[in-house]
Amino acid sequence: MDKTPVTDFATDFDHTDPAWVADPYPIMADLRERCPIAHSDRYGGMWVPVLHKDVQAIANDTEHFTSRTVVIGPGRPGELAPPAPIGVAPPISSDPPFHSIARRLLLPAFAPKPVQNLEGFTQDLCRSLLDAMGDADVVNASFDYAQHIPVGLIAKMVGLPPEDGDLFRGFVHDILEAVDLPGEERMERFQPVDEYLSKVIEDHMVNPKDDLTSFLLDAEILGNKLEPHHVFGTMVLLVVAGIDTTWSAIGSSIWHLAQHPDDLARLVAEPELLPTAIEEFLRAYAPVSMARLVKDDFEFEGCPMKKDDWILLGFPAANRDPAFFDRADEVLIDREENRHAAFGLGIHRCLGSNLARMEMTIALQEFITRFPKFELADPQAVTFSQGQVRGPRNLPIRILERA
Amino acid sequence: MKIVLTSEKCQGHGRCYSLAPDLFDADDLGNAVVLVTGDLDADQLERATLAAKNCPEYAIEIGA
Repeated sequence: MDKTPVTDFATDFDHTDPAWVADPYPIMADLRERCPIAHSDRYGGMWVPVLHKDVQAIANDTEHFTSRTVVIGPGRPGELAPPAPIGVAPPISSDPPFHSIARRLLLPAFAPKPVQNLEGFTQDLCRSLLDAMGDADVVNASFDYAQHIPVGLIAKMVGLPPEDGDLFRGFVHDILEAVDLPGEERMERFQPVDEYLSKVIEDHMVNPKDDLTSFLLDAEILGNKLEPHHVFGTMVLLVVAGIDTTWSAIGSSIWHLAQHPDDLARLVAEPELLPTAIEEFLRAYAPVSMARLVKDDFEFEGCPMKKDDWILLGFPAANRDPAFFDRADEVLIDREENRHAAFGLGIHRCLGSNLARMEMTIALQEFITRFPKFELADPQAVTFSQGQVRGPRNLPIRILERA
Repeated sequence: MKIVLTSEKCQGHGRCYSLAPDLFDADDLGNAVVLVTGDLDADQLERATLAAKNCPEYAIEIGA
């Protein structure tokens, strides 16, 4: 694996390069001026659109771009990627027409009403995490707070023992952040995930419960039970997609407020502004970039794309495009018009978006109620995740005022 | 002026029913449903316009 530092992102793009991980926004701005679709020979060949219109076009073009692998791996996917339309983790890895069948199955569990029923649980969880911080002057808003909220929610929804949180958080890290390891090593890392989830499935087959695992085991498509690999793949999806993403979104919001005391004071004084502010945090700090594969040789916006080239589908870049948003690089917590793409565009809109918004709302509400004034304890100590999910990892916060 | 929802474009982002819950609701899948199909009063028009301007998929238009 070539880990030469990137000198020109336009021709040698790498989303795991330390410069991109530390601060991708100036790089996106530069690429918009010069490209606007960057290219790289890394990962076996990759294209990186940075304009909203191109991200939107690719997200909606399932004829030329497949979702069968949505996390960029060390090389061209080849035989490792199972074929469309089902893919390894349906429905995120599925293409039409199977996609809508697999998605329709899950949508009701993530619709607004069932999510609303989890608000009390989420509030209790947030408060207990804040209680556990005691009267410490410096708290870690990522490792001691943001991280635990989606872990608690996903464990409850999927039916995993809450005490296994650390364990499956490790799996998620291995899958999402270890993208620059050789293929065989990545497969080895997947082994414990496989064993763990297989045990969860076996346990649910013996003792059905009122959760998504039992729901999947019981579900039918056209009168047939789901294939075992469908159940397994969807559980991987729920665990992987539901955790780092929301953790990142909550963490980025707190990271912003810690550096913008005016925004923090305004949200404390005007809590009714929180939903609008959350949409702006989602726009400006969108955590997730997805991937697509080019189905067959195809020219897109003058780029000669080849079959199985990767596309890094950067929703964060789309959300910062000044051709689409006024003052795109500014964070305006009262931005009223905000057609952001943080949850994707087209048929793969994030299945958990209602859940993520609910978690963000309660997590931020509880945090700023408990700590109405705070700042970064050590700006240099803040680190960000690498890969396709971006958010603060180490996030020490100094509490300046507590309720 | 009325709300015109193109359901085939709706992907269930949920911006409309969050911003204007008296004008839009969610179906069982989380996709948008229009609650007020007739002419909008001034206050409704303002919120329907806000909902339309926040739809990432351009599924909502306000038309005559």
